[in-house]
This record gives sequence, C-alpha cells and structure tokens, in this order.
Amino acid sequence: MNAALHRFIELDLLPMLAGAMAALTCGLLGNYLVLRRLSLMGDAISHSVLPGLVIAFIVTGTRDPVVMLVGAGLSGVATVVIVELIRRFGRVDPGAAMGVTFSVLFALGVFLIEQAARQVDLDADCVLHGQPELLGWTVPADFGELLSPVTLGAVPRQIWILFAMLLITLAFITALFKELRIASFDPQLATTQGVHAGLMHYLLMVLVAAATVASFEAVGSILVIAMIICPAVTARLLTDRLGSQLLVSAIAALIAALGGYWLGALGPSLVGSEISLSAAGTMAVLAGVLFGVALLASPRHGVITQIRRQKHLASRVLVEDLLVTLRRAERSGESSVSVGRLRPILRGEATRAVELGERERLIRRRGDSVELSEDGRARADAVLHVHRQWQSYLIEEAGYLPDHAHEAAERLEHVADASAMNPPEASGSAPDRS
Amino acid sequence: MTAAPPQIGHGHAPSLAAAGEPLPGWEEIVQTLTFQRGFNTTTVMLGTTLLGIGAGVIGCYALLRKRSLMADALSHATLPGIAMAFMLSAAIGIEGKSMLVLLIGAATTGVIGVVTIQAIHRHPRVREDAAIGIVLSVFFGVGIVLLSIVQTMSTGSQGGLSRFIYGQTAAMLTTDALLMSAITLIAIVSAVLLLKEFALVSFNEGFARVTGWPVTLIDLLMMSLIVLVTVAGLQAVGLILVVAMLIIPPAAARFWTERLRWLVVIAAIIGGLSGYLGSAVSALLPRKPAGAVIVLCAGAVFLISMLLAPRRGVLAQAFHRAALRWKIARDHMLEQLCEQAEDATIPASQVRAMMRRRGWSSLRTALFGSVLALQGWVSRKQGAYALTDRGRDRGQRVSRNHSLWEQYLVSYADIAPSHVDWSVDKVEHVLSDELVAELEHALAVRNGEPAGVAP
Repeated sequence: MNAALHRFIELDLLPMLAGAMAALTCGLLGNYLVLRRLSLMGDAISHSVLPGLVIAFIVTGTRDPVVMLVGAGLSGVATVVIVELIRRFGRVDPGAAMGVTFSVLFALGVFLIEQAARQVDLDADCVLHGQPELLGWTVPADFGELLSPVTLGAVPRQIWILFAMLLITLAFITALFKELRIASFDPQLATTQGVHAGLMHYLLMVLVAAATVASFEAVGSILVIAMIICPAVTARLLTDRLGSQLLVSAIAALIAALGGYWLGALGPSLVGSEISLSAAGTMAVLAGVLFGVALLASPRHGVITQIRRQKHLASRVLVEDLLVTLRRAERSGESSVSVGRLRPILRGEATRAVELGERERLIRRRGDSVELSEDGRARADAVLHVHRQWQSYLIEEAGYLPDHAHEAAERLEHVADASAMNPPEASGSAPDRS
Repeated sequence: MTAAPPQIGHGHAPSLAAAGEPLPGWEEIVQTLTFQRGFNTTTVMLGTTLLGIGAGVIGCYALLRKRSLMADALSHATLPGIAMAFMLSAAIGIEGKSMLVLLIGAATTGVIGVVTIQAIHRHPRVREDAAIGIVLSVFFGVGIVLLSIVQTMSTGSQGGLSRFIYGQTAAMLTTDALLMSAITLIAIVSAVLLLKEFALVSFNEGFARVTGWPVTLIDLLMMSLIVLVTVAGLQAVGLILVVAMLIIPPAAARFWTERLRWLVVIAAIIGGLSGYLGSAVSALLPRKPAGAVIVLCAGAVFLISMLLAPRRGVLAQAFHRAALRWKIARDHMLEQLCEQAEDATIPASQVRAMMRRRGWSSLRTALFGSVLALQGWVSRKQGAYALTDRGRDRGQRVSRNHSLWEQYLVSYADIAPSHVDWSVDKVEHVLSDELVAELEHALAVRNGEPAGVAP
C-alpha cells in the first residue's frame, strides 16, 4: 500500500470523519435551534454536561463510555428543564436564566472534578477544546484487510457513537420534518393542528444534549457550539426555505469540518512549518469564515447586495426627482432648465443626476441647460401619476392633512407596485391637472 | 502532527485517598474571615470580594439590557487576546506572564468581540442570540488555535495561561490582586457616577435618543465596563466562570426589588458576599477551587432568592395564587348562595346540587362550606346554610360586579350577550372599588340616554 495513503488513513482519516459527523449532526440540529432563537442552548448544554460526567464517574467508579454518555445526557436534559423552570417560575429573562444555569452547573463540575475525579484522566479542558487529532487507527499495511473485523474493531468508540448519533439525527429530521417545521415557526398553530409543540421542543433538546455528549469527547464542546450556530445562520443567509436551508447548512458544516481539519493538521506542513494547529479550533474558525463570507456576499441577503440595492435605489430616486422637476418646469412653459437652477433642488447632486439621466437617455443636454427626452417625459408622467395616487390615498384613506400629504407622497412616489406604476395613458385616467 | 495535550494547571494533589483531611478549627475560620491569615490570603480575599461587588454592579445593566449572555461571548472572546499577547510579549522578550500585558490583550479582543456582535446583529437575518453564539465560538476557536501554537513554542512558561481559563485564585500574586482591585474600583466608580445615564438607556433607549443623549456612546461605555470587570475576573475565577459573576448576582437581586438603585446595591452585596465566602472557603479547605466555590455561593444565593423573596419569589407567588384562587372560590359560593336565597336558609343537598352545576364536587362544596362557616361568611345549622350579614354583603357585591362587567362588555366591548358570562366569571373578582364606581357611572350615563328620550 502507498505509504502516504497508509499514513493518512492511520492518522487523519478518523479525525476527519469524526469532525465531519459531529459537524453534520450539530449543523442539522442547529437549524431548528437558530429558528427558535435558542442558539445559545447548545452553549449552555455543552458547559453543563461536565457535572453529569463527574457525577456519573463518582457514582459508578468507571469511565465506561455508556455511563459517561448517560450521565452527560441526563445533565443536558436537566439543564433544559432547569432553564425552563427558572424562566417560568422566576420570571427571569431567558438569557439570564441560561447563564445562571450553565455557569452554576459548570462550577459544580469543576468543583467535583477537584474533589473526586482527580486521579482519572477526566479533564475539563478536553471537554472544552477537544482533540480530534488524537483519534488514531491502527491499520494493517494491506488494503484488503481494511474492512476486516479486527481492523474495524480498532476504530475508537467515539467514531461509532458519532455515527449512531448522525443516523439518529437524520432519522429524526426525516421522520418529523413537517412537525418540526410547524413547531419551529409557529408553536401555537402547531398545537391547534394537533402537533405537540412542547414535545417537539423537548425531543429536540434531548437530541441536542445527546449530540453534544457524543461530539464533545471527539471534537470538544467549542466545536459543537460553533457547528450548531454557524452553518445554520450561514444557510439562512443563503436560502429562504427550510428544506434547502437544511441542505446548505449540511454542506457548510462539511466544508468547515473537512477544510478546518486540513487547515489545522495538514496545511502547516505543506508550507514547511512544523507547527500543527488545534483542529477543533480551525474547524470552528472556518465555520465562522463561511458565515462571514455569506454575510457579505450572499446574493439575496448579503451586505454587498444590500448596499448595491440601496445605491441603485438612491440613483433612481435622484433621476426621477430630476425628471419630475423638468416636467413641472415644462408645464409652466420652460422646455429646458439650466443645471445651475437644478442645484438647490437636487441637494447638490445635480451634476450626477444629469449624468445619470443622460446615460439612460431620459434627458438631453443643450449647452448649459437640460430638457426631457420622449422616454424621460413618459417616465416623469408615470412618477407624477404615482405621486398623485399616493397623495389622494394619504388624504382620503390615511387621514393626512392636505398640506402634509405632498411631502409624504414625495418620498413614496418612487415605490409602488406594478398596477399603480402604469402610466396615466395606459390606465386611461384623466390627463394631468396639477 | 498532533498537538500535545494542553497542560492544565490543576494542582497535583492525590485525591480520594486524602478525603479524610481534618476540618479547620473555629479559630482558623474566624482568623480567615477577619482577614488575619497573612498578607497574601487577605489580599486575595479582598480582591475577590471587590470583584464580586464590581461584577454585581455592572451586571445589573447587562441584565436590564437583556445582555447577560453577551458577557459570556465577551469572556470567551478574551482568549485569543490572551494568547496573542503572550506570543507577542514572548517574541519581543518581555516576561510572558506579565499580567498587565495579558489583560490588555484580553480587553482588546473582548472589545472587538462586542463590536462584532453589534455589527453582525444589524443584519436582519442574524438574530442577537445567533450573533452572540457565532462570536463566542469563533473567537474561542481562534483562541484555541493560537494556544496550540503557543504550546509548540519553546519559551516554556505557557503553563500560566491556563489559569485564565479556569482561574487560579491561590496562585494569584499580590500585585495581580492589586491590579484586579484597581480595575474593579474604576468600574464601580464609573458605574455609580453614570447611574442616571445607564438607567435611561437601559429602560428607554428610544426616549434617550430623541432627547439627545449620546446613546451609542453610553452603550459603548457600559460594554467597556463589562469588559473591564470580565478581564479583572479572569485571574480569580477564570474566563468561563467570570460570566457567572456578572449574571447571577443581578439576577438574584432582581427578586428582591423593583428599583434600580436597590438592585445595584443588593447585587453588589450578593456578589461581594459570594467572593468573600468563596475565597475564604478556598483558603480554609484543601482542593476547593476558589472560582467554582465563589460561583456555587452565588448560585446558592440565587436559589434562595428565587424561592424566598417576599414579592417575586416562587413561594410568595404560589401563596398569592393560592390566596386568589381561594378568594375566587369563596366569591363564587357566596354569589351562588346569595342569588339563590338572600335571607332564607338552604339545605345542604340543594347547595351541593347548585354547586355541582358550576363543576364543584360534593367534597369541595362541603370543604369550602366548612371553611366559610369557620370564617363567619355563612352559618350552618342542622346541615343547612344561611348567609351571615358579612357573607350577604360580599355575595351581593360580587353579583353586582358580575352584572356591571357583563353590561359593560355587551354595551362597550361588543361581545355577544351569549358569550359574556364566561369571561365575566373571571374578572368579577378583581374589580377595584374605583373601577366599579366608574363602571356604574358609565353604564348609568349610557342607559340614561335612551331613558331621557323615551316618553
């Protein structure tokens, strides 16, 4: 077998797999948490599993993985219940309720570790940071033996636990897709439709707790928090439907996990550096970077698009103001207006307005003056029509005083739906009287 | 290829085997509590007490602004700063563990974290909880990556970094404690001086803005005070638990008062007390990490407050609810008796049948009947009920309230007469005397109009 490939399988395959499976599980569940404004529940749960682990150890005296899972799972559920109790009966702000719960539980965990679990290797640090790099796999040098029982038996249990968790999560989301969707968007409606919203909430929380517990040992709780929130929000910026959001978040989680591992463990050696970075850390950072990119560059909701749209609207408003000014002048008998006179009306942007208007062939320049083209006149009439419609609507329906309506209509004339935008000729209304 | 496991600064005491250690005597306890256990212990105890007070005061504003978890994100966001400061100072040859340098680094990324949350949160599709979570996890991730680099550095003194994550009060130097105290004092003084501004922005941001206050600036000041306290607390309780010091005391204090001034004072007391007791316990007993004990103290105070506080406490609330429920049940029974027969006596069997129509079991009727008799609302003779004067009075008032409210709903709130009764049943018990007078007046006027026109 190729030596490099062998090395890859022994050292890097399982950590990558663990990261990917944990990221997928948390990323998918995260969609529902983010929708319900419970993103930080993952944070709370991942801190408060600590006392559960320690208590499970103290009670049973073993570090058996099943025992640890049960202990941590119980304390995860306890966290949810306690937060809910404090919120409801203490009438405390949900954020504060979460903060109180997880910090006290975490303190309890730290305290207990110091008391009893010292001699075992139960390290709060490992819970938080996680070290996927430590998941090694001893495989024989022969590819044919790769899937033999012995070799598979050498796969660390964390991988199997994560795999089971991923399957459970996928089954849960597929089976209850509709129920979860309605319970996340509108719990009241869900209840009237016979879906038990509260039950969905608790099922989801139990799964989050279980996913946290399954993931933390392999990848650390910080990655759990990152994967619950970042891919889901990234997907929310890119899509508008829950189904595609789930898909996009899964892809984002996978990219973050695999790319993050590469950046942390393999990347530095490519540039000849001896340093290897914490893979859990680089995965979290990459998830954050993906979010940042989506925030800036999402075609629909990205910041760049928003700015472009705003600029576009601003120039449209400017040009339309220019056209209307010219049209009004035309009606009072001036076929052209000098740029100098436009300046005070267009708030110092007259030059730009004229340039834009010329480029769209809405106006013509005559020396120092400008006049409307045919297109420009039609457009100006359309805007004036919308203006009048808004004005009469505001006075007749919205109770505006006649002398206040003009100003409001001046701002609204640039926005109207298609039916109101119809030019006066097309809609057959009376010719302009203003 | 793989990073060495992080060396975490727990001590190396053997556990379990040493469980039978002797408890400290009274003398020792008194000595500790009165600051007579040597200069070092005293400084540390004073430092954590002051930290508790400072965190309690600043935390109040975070609580009122519903930003408790912002402090969580902020404390996580200090990690990359700490690691970077360590690397920088190692690179230019300063002592790597210099407290001041590390704290400056922590404060820098803490502030960047806060600003990032605000910036991300502006986007309509990113809610605040998500923004907090993103900053928290990504900044902490950066911190972990940097820490893994630090671990491969050859300077050797990186072990000290871990005390920022879990806090190690015992390892605190006197200079560290003094620095921490100074930072906390600054935070407390500014918070007290800016009480009015902070209160305004916390309670009514919009009003503050239109009356010309520099809201953004005040907000930023508030956040930087939170950063200051967080950074000061890193040494004492560590970056994960410092958030507890900011959240728990104000949340506990909120149960005891409705006024901001008192909230601040009580939160300061709770925070200070937790810091004082926690560090004392940690000084007295072996293997008691101060940070955890401090937070557990604060958590105990929170639990006690939540259960026992006089007005907002859970027990007081339950008592109020029970009292109201009892009052309603009493009113219903009196009303029923009153409507049935104001002066006559009613046999018990008839009362039972009557109340059964309201959904009461016979047992319940009998039980309430006895209590009402005991309290002098009704008299019971040979198994028959009769209203006393007091009971008749109350019954008449309740049924008057009932019909007043019913008329009000029908004539003003446009509720169909057939639907009125059910909601009236709930509200008739809580009408105040002024409201009743007002209703009587309103209905009299309304009913008077047609009467005036009519022949």
